[in-house]
Order: sequence, then structure tokens, then C-alpha cells
Amino acid sequence: MSTATRTDAPPRAGTLGDSARRPDAGPKVQGRFSFSSDAWATNMLWGATLRSTHAHARIVSIDVSAALAINGVSCVLTADDVPGKPTYGLIDADQPVFARDVVRYVGEPLAAVAADHPETCLRALEAIRVEYEPLAPLTDVMRAVDPATPAIHPRGNVLRHQRIRRGDPTATGPIVVEGTYEIGMQDQAFLGLEAALALPDDDGAGLELYVATQWLHEDRKQIAECLGIEPERVRLTLGGVGGAFGAREDISLQVHCSLLCLRTRRPIKMQYGREESFLGHVHRHPARIWMRHHAERDGTIVKVEAKFWLDGGAYASTSAAVLINAITHAQGPYRCEHAVVDGWALRTNNPPCGAMRGFGVVQACFAHESQMDRIAAAAGLDPVEVRLRNAMRTGDRLITGQVIDSVAPVERCIRETAEIPLPPPLPDRPDPLELPGGSGLAAEPSRVRRGVGWGVSIKNLMYSEGFDDSSTARVQLSGGIATLEFATAEVGQGFLVLAQQIARSVLGVDQVVLAPIRTYVGSAGSTSASRQTWMSGGAVDGACRIARERLFEAVGEEHGIDPIRLAIEGTDVVDTAGTLRVPVADATAGRTFFGDFEHHHRPTTELDADGQGDCHVAFAFVAHRAVVDVDLDLGLVKVVQVATAQDVGRVLNPLAAIGQLEGGIAQGLGLAVMEEIVLQDGRMRNPTFTDYLLPTSLDAPEVVARFVEEPEPMAPLGAKGIGEPPCISVTPAIVAAIRAASGRDLVRVPVRPQDVCLSGPALAPSSGC
Amino acid sequence: MTGVVVVADSLDEALDAAARHPEAVLLQGGTDVMVEVNIHHRRPVSYVALRRVAELRRWHVDEGARTVTIGAGVPYGDMEREPLRSLVPALAEAARTVGSPQIRAAGSLGGNLGTCSPAGDGLPVLSALDAIVHLRSLDGTRDVSIHEFMKGVKRNDRRPGEIIVSVTLPLVDGWQGYAKVGVRNAMVIAAASACLVVDRRPASGAATARVALGAVGPTVIRCREAEAWLAGATDLRAGAVSADVAKEFGRRVGLEARPIDDHRSTAEYRRHAVSVLAERLLRRAGAAS
Amino acid sequence: MTYSLRINGEDRAVQDATISESLLFVLRERLGLPGTKGACEQGECGSCTVVMDGEAVCSCLVLAAGAVGADIRTVESISPPGEYNAVQEAFITEGGVQCGFCTPGLVVAVQHLLDRTHDPSDLEIKEAISGNICRCTGYGRVFAAVRAARDARRAGAS
Repeated sequence: MSTATRTDAPPRAGTLGDSARRPDAGPKVQGRFSFSSDAWATNMLWGATLRSTHAHARIVSIDVSAALAINGVSCVLTADDVPGKPTYGLIDADQPVFARDVVRYVGEPLAAVAADHPETCLRALEAIRVEYEPLAPLTDVMRAVDPATPAIHPRGNVLRHQRIRRGDPTATGPIVVEGTYEIGMQDQAFLGLEAALALPDDDGAGLELYVATQWLHEDRKQIAECLGIEPERVRLTLGGVGGAFGAREDISLQVHCSLLCLRTRRPIKMQYGREESFLGHVHRHPARIWMRHHAERDGTIVKVEAKFWLDGGAYASTSAAVLINAITHAQGPYRCEHAVVDGWALRTNNPPCGAMRGFGVVQACFAHESQMDRIAAAAGLDPVEVRLRNAMRTGDRLITGQVIDSVAPVERCIRETAEIPLPPPLPDRPDPLELPGGSGLAAEPSRVRRGVGWGVSIKNLMYSEGFDDSSTARVQLSGGIATLEFATAEVGQGFLVLAQQIARSVLGVDQVVLAPIRTYVGSAGSTSASRQTWMSGGAVDGACRIARERLFEAVGEEHGIDPIRLAIEGTDVVDTAGTLRVPVADATAGRTFFGDFEHHHRPTTELDADGQGDCHVAFAFVAHRAVVDVDLDLGLVKVVQVATAQDVGRVLNPLAAIGQLEGGIAQGLGLAVMEEIVLQDGRMRNPTFTDYLLPTSLDAPEVVARFVEEPEPMAPLGAKGIGEPPCISVTPAIVAAIRAASGRDLVRVPVRPQDVCLSGPALAPSSGC
Repeated sequence: MTGVVVVADSLDEALDAAARHPEAVLLQGGTDVMVEVNIHHRRPVSYVALRRVAELRRWHVDEGARTVTIGAGVPYGDMEREPLRSLVPALAEAARTVGSPQIRAAGSLGGNLGTCSPAGDGLPVLSALDAIVHLRSLDGTRDVSIHEFMKGVKRNDRRPGEIIVSVTLPLVDGWQGYAKVGVRNAMVIAAASACLVVDRRPASGAATARVALGAVGPTVIRCREAEAWLAGATDLRAGAVSADVAKEFGRRVGLEARPIDDHRSTAEYRRHAVSVLAERLLRRAGAAS
Repeated sequence: MTYSLRINGEDRAVQDATISESLLFVLRERLGLPGTKGACEQGECGSCTVVMDGEAVCSCLVLAAGAVGADIRTVESISPPGEYNAVQEAFITEGGVQCGFCTPGLVVAVQHLLDRTHDPSDLEIKEAISGNICRCTGYGRVFAAVRAARDARRAGAS
């Protein structure tokens, strides 16, 4: 681990810098932590959703009478029963609460039922008669982008187009390399399925909703609009969240559950099964990316040209923002003066796509890192050298014209990764579990080749394009105990322990009580975009500093000391210019100091017509080196080791940080070699964990990680968000390693065994000019 | 709806229940049936649970006949471990690839046979070993060759009221092995699999090799043409098999596969994969003898 | 239908259940034992792992009404509230817990492994938990936790 800014003394237990114990870990290891699916109320009913079986069809009629006649069924709701706004959505509210007239994807909600037992719900759903008139589905982005293709939605098939023009469009160099890349549809596949419990107010005009989400206040806003009631009448409490990764940023069952609750005036529990979860939340955008790089003979990048086509599926979700992230990161963490980039997010009759960890940058990175290896091959450089030669530094510009004023230790990330020792070669008689294919005993050690590959990435932190993003926190300090209140969604990432660490460090307390996470305080924004450590961490830090100032004023007044001389040392208030030392517990006995703080990051701007503008807040960087073993004849892959050095600003909790790095790497590995929702005519072929394969313990590589600690001056705690970068460049690193082992020119993820051993061209070692 | 769940304590009780409730689903480990129930593909009215039927969870060796008979409810976990592992190594290897440890603690050959999926990991082994499936009903017992028992995709020869009791496998003198291809390094359904059994002392004639394939046809495929070719091409008692013979054997095995494209793989890859697996299994057999 | 199950050493009556309910559903929705989690309904994630007659199994694939007479142990039996056994303590201190949804199933599977295998190798550990999907940790800290629990026992034994 790097120790650039580490002081010699270890941090006080439980404070910033310590691997403090998570407050939720104890209940979680015992099965006593309450997830949203564990919520339960007396007299509750179960809710369930009827979904379209067609990718594209006109709804001729919906007959719910037979369902209503079933004993135990309380109500059936359709589009006619939505009292407020008929649609919802994060950026562009085009997703119908229930489809009316037309269905646009397999799985689109048509109706919801409430009944006394899940089995009764199921029978009611089966009893609803829907008559469809099938329409031709539009499932190919290249057709969707064609203006001649009939629109499948009144707002058209192009969700957004944006271009970027920078520098000289005719600039070129002696090396020109190009490729067309494809990224399959990945699922967030959190383990804790969508679940909520809605409790009606006594007057039936409002409700309390326990739900697993990433952003309570945004959910509340969208729910209230659809219910046609004031937001204050919708009170949300975070139900325990079993992972999120972007899939809980959009509404899934929140509106349906709330509607059923208000209609029946009974508590309603809704819980998706795995198949419904695949249908009920957005996915990572499948993408087709064409990229051409122009470079000098020495590998220096001159110009990037790119076209992005992202499949947004049937409704908008966050496609517009994902697109901007993708195209503005087209150059990767490399200097590039000239750019001609176009991107389209397109509407199709495929399942809607939206946020997933990495948010557009995953797709861009697979393309630009594949291109970097082509440049390296053409210039006769190794993969490390070509990246070092082009590595971005603080002060360089993005192709949007924005100056990178973040700390940008790209070169250091690469060098530190390169310093990590390679794993030992396969032993002569390896355990089959260490070979590709594992206990399947398919691999033949003599036909297994090792390959090494590289990936480096840049990732924006927080929201972009002028969004006024903020987070709120409140603290009460009394009797040596701090009580924190915020609406930040803890989805597993560890914000709860971080908040406690901040309060302990700033206020000199040991005990930090956390109030329930709910909409009774101001919004914290979403737990996404690697933003909560910066944003909500900043809010908690700010609130604690205000409370501390008030404490210092009181203590100063009592002792006749200028408060500016007071500081927290350990758990004491001390006079830095004198001898006074008062335990915080004593100084706060019998009285309370409050702090409220709303943290905003600096403003950003929208992009102009040429894609120019300071649209992002800040950036983080990471390098990955993957080592794989490939069975050349069967195309099976075992990822042996991933080495990484990540620009984190400052490590606030080493154990939590390493967990983010390792977890992100596993998700990037999944995209590289196994995870894909397979679609046929818009229908998912594999919406189960039997066939949507997630990495197991026997797929997990050895991860050797180093933190690159150069505190970020813009960040409240000096710490950058670390959630997304780990899963971005590991995917191209693994694919590059498979290319190196197999000699195949792989242009699509996930890499399938047949891509490695059957089809596809061999790598041309000196492609280019 | 008045269904029943009979938790049988003996085979007789189970047979009686199966006869009285012909609509009932027989439930061994539950690892196939409950999947379908949970995702609502199947809604059984009644069940006969066989979990407590001790007769189904036993196995024994007949030294005279040189066979082992394995109860239909013996979990895969037991097959992975000694002493069964040394008796039928290919079955142990197949068992180790079934689902997860939790699945292997519950799943059994009875379930594999009852479901009769072409990707069932135990089935290529049973086919390569020419297993006999023992069924019982109140009317008596019936012994069926594995080759007749497997009828097609998820179709088998079990009749209403019958319970799969056990399978009998020969204890073969010769190398045997199983190999399976899936995209994940654990807990994966076969995209293709193969079992090879060398019999150095068959009842008649020279040493033979028998090969069966999983997940490349509507049911498990025995590659009799490749087997016959191999018998003429090499002496399996002679030790190492030449690279050319192994490769040609693999190619011929591939020709006998009848794979399809689906979301797990492509027909082309599956055919290729079983060729590679067969070639490798034969080379392993040669190296071991 | 009505029947009785033996859960964590107690006979528990299950009343008015429907026929095809899984043990997972009955534990969670009828017996007030929500510690066992469900994430796939297909035996493909291990979140619902319980020990039944001495074997770790997926409770989503156990027909509850067919489990009459079996000795069933759930995560709730491992330690009383607020107290942690060695495996649980290792998961906490080694960072094996993030969202925590897979954790109860993992704790049961790991405890079962250590109960039956005296000194599992690292590969044995990986294979033993290969049926427990974790989406957050990438398994690194989970392995660290299991190793720590194993090594603590090793140290205690020597």
C-alpha cells in the first residue's frame, strides 16, 4: 500500500483511516439485519405485477374481471387507476406506470394485483385476459438510428444524439488503427431482490414506504407525482438494501406498491422473484462502438474518432446521461488534442437500460483500451509504454475542452501496477480447480497458455451537465455522543461506518448513533456515480464541523479562551496555545450542539453543440493488469491474477476500500468472460441465475491492489469516490490478456469460448498503417 | 384443491402412496422439481417425498457380478468421496461438477434420471457404463437398460406408479473419466460433456472404449461408430494412444453429436468441444494404462 | 395444510400452508425466521443455505411439507443476538460483509465446512463456498474471513 500522505501514528480506533467496524456487520452475520424483503406487517396483503409477454404490441383489451372474482383478491389496478402522472422516469419521465394502448418491451407492467397470498396473486395474474395485436419489434440499434425506421414511441427512436468536435478534424498521423467493438447487456444482479412494504396512513391519503433504493427523495418525488398527492404524504424509509450497482436508481415496484396500498388501505408487501427482477430493473447498455485512432510513429495519440450506438431499450431511464459519459470518456486517460466523436442513445423494443456501475464509461473503456493495444502493436511498443507515453496529467484537457484539474496520477497508477509481481507460472501438476474449466476437468495443461493484458481508465465522479447536486446531514452532539441523521442510502458500500468515522474524527467522540435513513431530512442524492463519500461524506463532515465550532465557542467562553485556539485531540477539547484539556463528553454533558450542512460540489455546465463544456466535476483514475490462463482448444478462461493501483485521493477505511476494489474487479471480470443477458427478438433467454452466470469463488482471481494516495484538494475529505473505477478497465485488461494468450482479435464482451477457439480473425501483430 | 404430501419412510410406503396418488410428483432431492415449482412452471397437486426412504440411499457392491448398485437417492456428494469414488471414478468426476456443494448434498441419480435432461451430469457416465436402471411399482420390478430408459429431451421410460430405485453399474477394469465444458469454473450447466470408459476385459473380445456425450443432443448420445472405429484403430491394452488416433477419434465423436444453438452455446462450439474432450479423454486413458 | 418442522431444536407448527411452499418461504414468512435469504429460487446462489440432517442444502429447493422429521438448523441457531461465534467474528473483522445479503448463507456454509473438515486448504475453501454467490466483495475478504476462522482454530488446537 502506498503511504504518500500517511502519518506515522495510527489513527484512533474507529476514526478516519482506520478499518473501523461496520455497524451493520454484526446484524448481517447473524441474519438479524432487516432487508426490505424482511419487512412485514399484520394484516398485510401481497402485491404482484402483470407484465407484457410481447416486445411490441398494441393492447386491444385488458379484462380483469376473472381475476377480481378470485377469492382472496382485493384489487386489480391498470393504467385507468393511476390518479396522477401516468409515467415516471429519472431524466425523461416516459415510462408508463402501467402500459396503455401499447407495450414496448417484454416485461412492461400492465396491471398490479393485491391478494392474501403470493400464490393467490399468481392465480389472479393468470386470470387477467390481455388481448394483444403484435407489432414488429425494433431490436437492432443500427435500425433504430436509421431515420427511415418507423418510430416506436411518439418521442422517436433517438433518445439523444451528441457530437464532440475538438481541434482539427483532418489531423492524422502515420499510425491509424480502427476497430468496431461490442459490449453485451450486463445485469447488476444484486442479490437482494426488489422488495417493499407500504403502510397506509390512517386517513388513507398518504403512506409510509419501506423500500430498498439508491435515492429516497427522488423515489418520493416520482411516487407522489404518480399518486397525485403532495410529496410530504409519501414518507420513505430505507429498507435494508441487498446491493444496488445502479439497478435501484430507477423506479421498479415503488409506484405499484404505493398505488395498491392507497387503493386497499392495507399494508402491501411486494417482492420480485429473480426472473421478475431481470425484467423489472434497467441494465447496462449494450453498445456498438467504432473507434479510429491516429497516432505518431512513437505511439503519441493525435486524434480519436468514434461513433457510439447505445441500446437504451424501450424507455429513456438515464440513457441520455450514460451517453454523455460514454462519449466524453472516449479518449480514455490519455492526452488527445483532436476529436471527432458522435454518440446516439437509441430506443428499441429491448429491455430498458440505465445505470450500472461505470455508467457508460465501461463501454468506452473497452473500446479505447482495445485501441491502445492496436496502437502499441503498430508502434512496436509494449502495452505499458504506449500508455505511459500518452498518460494524462493534471492540467491536460479532455476532448470536451475541460481542463483536468483533479489530481491525475495516471502514470503512477500504471507504474505501481507494473511493479506488482506477476503470479508464479502454473505448477507442473496443477490442481484441476486452478485450470480453466475447474472441476469440469476439461482443460489440458499442455494446451493452456498464459496471457497478460492491460487496461487503464478515467472515470468522472458525481453527476454532470449542470446538475445542482447536493447532500444534507445533521448532527447532534450531547453527552459525548454524536447522533447523525441523513438520507444517504447504504446499499452495502459502507457509508454508515464512514459517517461514524467522520463524526469520531471531527468531534472527538467514540459513540456515534445513526438515525434511520428516511425522508425526514433533506435529500442526500443518489448512492451512485461514486459520489457519496464526497457528497454525503462532505455533508456529514460539514455538519460535524459546525457542531464543533459551536462547542468551541461555548468552551472558549467558559474558559475565557479564543475559540480559534481550541482543537479536538483524541476525545478531548484542547487549547493549542495553553493547558486546557476537557473531555468532549464533559464539555457536552447536559447540553446539545447541533450542526446542519448541505454540501454542494462546484457547478458544472452543459455541453454545447460541439460537445464542448466543463460538464464533469472531477475524475479518478485506475490501472489494471490481468493475467489469464486460456485453454486454446476449448476457449475456456481462468483469470489468475488482477493487479491494480487506483487513484483514491485518500484511504478513509482500508478494509472498506479494498472491498470496493475487489468487488468491482469481480464485476468487470463477469462482463469480460461470462455475464450477458441474451436477447432474442427482445425476449430474455436467460433471466435466471442458472443461465445468467455470475463469478463464483472459483472464478475470483487473486487481487493485488495498491492505493495511490494523493489527496484531492477539491474533495471535502481529500478522498475520491472509489466505487466505479475498479470495474471499468479490468474488463479490457482481461480481454487483452486473452488476446495475448490466444492470438485472437477479440472485439466483443463477454468473450465466449467459441470466440477464442473457433471463429474470428487472428490478431495481426503489426496492424495499422 | 386437496393435495397431499406423503413423506414415505420405506419403499413400500412410497410405492403405495405413488399408486394411490398417481398425480403425485416423486420428490427425491428436490433440486429439479422445486426449481420448476418455484418459477411456476409446474404446480404439482401432490408429492411423495422419498427423502426418508432408506432403501434408496444405500449402495452395495456385488463382488461376484463385479457390479455396484447405487440407490436412486444416494446424493452426489457421496459419489464424489470414497469409497464410491474409487469404484466408479468417472461418476465421481461427474458428481463433482453437479451444481454447488449444497446441490450435491441433495441431488441424486434418481433425480437426474427422472428429469432426463440431456445436460444431466450423471447420465453420460451411466450411458458409457451401460447401466441398468431398476424401477419398482406395486406390480413388481423392472430392469431397463439406460439406453432404453432415456427417451428424449426430459422424457424417460418411467411408468406411472413406478419409482426409480437404483442403478447397477459394472466395475470396469480400465481407465474411465468424465469432462465437462461450461463458461464458469464452478456451478455451471454443461454446454457439452463427455464420458469415456475403457474396458480392458469385456465379456467378449478385445478391449473396448465406450464414449457418451451430454448436452449435444435431445438425450445423451453414445458414439458407437467412433467406438467401433477405435477398436479397429488401436489396441487399448497397449498403453499410450497415438496423437493421430486420438485426434481422429475426437473428430469422429464430434460427427455423432447432434447439438443445437441455444443461449448456453452454439451447435458449432458444442460439436467442437466434444471432439476435444473425447480426444483428451482418450489420451488420458492411454497415458494411464 | 398443517404440519410440524423441527427447526433449531424446536418443534414448530406450520399452519394453513399451501402445498408447494419451500422451506425457505416457510422459515421466512410463517415461522418468523427471516435470517435465511432467498435470491434465485433455483439453488444457484446459496443465500438460503441451511443445515438439514447434517448437510448444508438450499432451503429454496426443499419442499417444506416434505421436510417433516428432519433436523433443520438456520443461521439464527449459530449465535444469540449480539454474540458472534468465530466464523461470524471473522466475517466482521476481515471485511467479509458488504450488503450482507449473501452473508447468512455464507456463514452457514462456512460453519458447516469447518464442522466437517478439520483444516481445509485454500482450494477446499473455495470449492466449499462455490455455491454461495456474493456480488459485492469479489470474495477476497470472504476468503480472508474463512482463512482467519480456520487459522484461529488451528492456533487454538496447537
